[in-house]
Amino acid sequence: MNPWLTAPILLPLFGGITQIFMGYAPVNLRRTLGLITTVLLVCASAVLVMMADDGSYRAYAFGNWQPPFGIVLVLDRLAALMVLLTSVLALFCHIYSLGGADGENRQFHALFLFQLMGLNIAFLTGDLFNLFVAFEVLLIASYGLLLHGGGTVRTVPGLHYVVLNLIGSSIFLISVGMIYSVTGTLNMADLAVKIPRVSAEQLPLVKAGGMMLLVVFGLKAAILPLCFWLPRAYAAATAPVAALFAVMTKVGIYAILRVYTLIFGDTAGELANLGMDWIFPLALITLAMGVIGAIGAANLKTLIAWQVIISVGTLLAAISLGTEAGISAALFYLLHTTWVVGGLFLLADLVARQRGSASDGIVTAPRMHNRTLLSVLFLFGAVAAVGLPPLSGFFAKLLILMAAEPGARMAWLWSVVLIGGFLTLVAYSRAGSIVFWRNTEGHIERHGTLTRSVTFSTGALISAGVILVILAGPISRYTDATAAQLLDPEQYTEILETQMVGEGN
Amino acid sequence: MEIAFAFVIGALTTSGVYLLLRARTFPVVMGLTLLSYGVNLFLFSTGRLATGQQPIIGSTETYTDPLPQALVLTAIVIGFAMTAFVVVLSLRSLADHDDDHVDGRQAPPGEPVSENRGGQNQ
Repeated sequence: MNPWLTAPILLPLFGGITQIFMGYAPVNLRRTLGLITTVLLVCASAVLVMMADDGSYRAYAFGNWQPPFGIVLVLDRLAALMVLLTSVLALFCHIYSLGGADGENRQFHALFLFQLMGLNIAFLTGDLFNLFVAFEVLLIASYGLLLHGGGTVRTVPGLHYVVLNLIGSSIFLISVGMIYSVTGTLNMADLAVKIPRVSAEQLPLVKAGGMMLLVVFGLKAAILPLCFWLPRAYAAATAPVAALFAVMTKVGIYAILRVYTLIFGDTAGELANLGMDWIFPLALITLAMGVIGAIGAANLKTLIAWQVIISVGTLLAAISLGTEAGISAALFYLLHTTWVVGGLFLLADLVARQRGSASDGIVTAPRMHNRTLLSVLFLFGAVAAVGLPPLSGFFAKLLILMAAEPGARMAWLWSVVLIGGFLTLVAYSRAGSIVFWRNTEGHIERHGTLTRSVTFSTGALISAGVILVILAGPISRYTDATAAQLLDPEQYTEILETQMVGEGN
Repeated sequence: MEIAFAFVIGALTTSGVYLLLRARTFPVVMGLTLLSYGVNLFLFSTGRLATGQQPIIGSTETYTDPLPQALVLTAIVIGFAMTAFVVVLSLRSLADHDDDHVDGRQAPPGEPVSENRGGQNQ
């Protein structure tokens, strides 16, 4: 029992509740309190990463119920990494929103914090039904955030997003019900123990449940047949929200990684590595489609939204290799892509503010006021996102390519990733040269000025591309250890023997 | 009882899916509601159907599984909130576009849809 595991959930919960009651308080007070919550969250998640780094599992059982009967939170390296990833991204998005984006809606800070709470529950929970609840919490907050700022542009993508996710929730419930009806448990550790023992006649039911779960996680992660909602929704959202949403697809990837290494992993008997044969080709097609979308994008935000889909494809291709090196490389890429893409979303908004009616469209427009700064930031972000040396994207992709073992898969992975990378480079060069170089004479009279908060947060997220390279040694050691821990699910099941408070003395 | 129960779930899900595929927001919302009814009944049956039994171990010889009931309760609460949200959103879409088509205003033949500005499919 370790009560500290609740910190990343309770902090945004209390912060969010406070914000709800302060809708009419002075804006500076609301901002300060909101920012304090996010900063505390970063500190808490850094502590959790340090705790998890010793390689043991820590559990917290709500209500002191012995697992598998109650809901447990489980901290391991992967969960700690995801919480830290989210909270760092959230901190900079939050700082950016202080530049004015939070003023369009009184409850922006509350929704933002509740979204973080949902994300952290999803990463920390050790219970399949609780994962569903976490998805709902983060989704309902994201509905609010997506429509935040209003405007008719957002209603239709918002409606599509909401309806699709409600259908996803129904499928999630059906698959959870199917798995429960056979195994009689929804605790992930207990499922890992019970799935290999399922009798042959009930096997198809669990298999169907497992595949339906894959559909749900695929919808969250935006794999190919389920990704058409993403570009419009992300391109329509306000900048800090779109940047925070860079982590939303990663929730689906986290869930796939967790469920299909722990419950349907190598030890699952008949159901070992369920669905992994499907993911590899789908991931590569997703990547290819993302590249095609990026080339055809008509504005910067859409371009970056397609970059999200490219990164989903790359990540899942690496994960479905199923090797320790593949998962480790995927985790490194995950850190890189979430932060850099978040930064690019913020940057696209800064560009749009300075170009008047041309907004972030990839068209000729009058010269921007702060063109030098913005173009350098774009250069760094694009180089990192495309995967050119010397920034983090290059190292992440190199790790992924090196993780493939010789064979047909290696041939497919190498060719799709490398050709895709080249075409993405074309897309970014085209966008950058038109937006920053092909200018007409004169300036826009009324342009948005760069305040310190927006410049700092955009720069910080994009500089992740540099920082990840400098710290590549320690980070890849951590991701290697995470991958090893994930592929050894025996230890996870030991949380079933966690000592409850007041027992054994 | 099992057969009747299965048919009810099947009918609800089928009509739900059919309505979801309609092009107007009102049938879509109805479809979502029916689908969630079907799902709730399905979840309820995962603990096996039993009548007249207590969900408490030890008080009687046989007992019924209490966990699906807790799951269904959670799913109902969440589903209710989500339905309320999607109703409000559909009304907003109707007000914004003077049309309850799920893609906003339906484009007259030969003209592009105006809200497609942020989209990629042009």
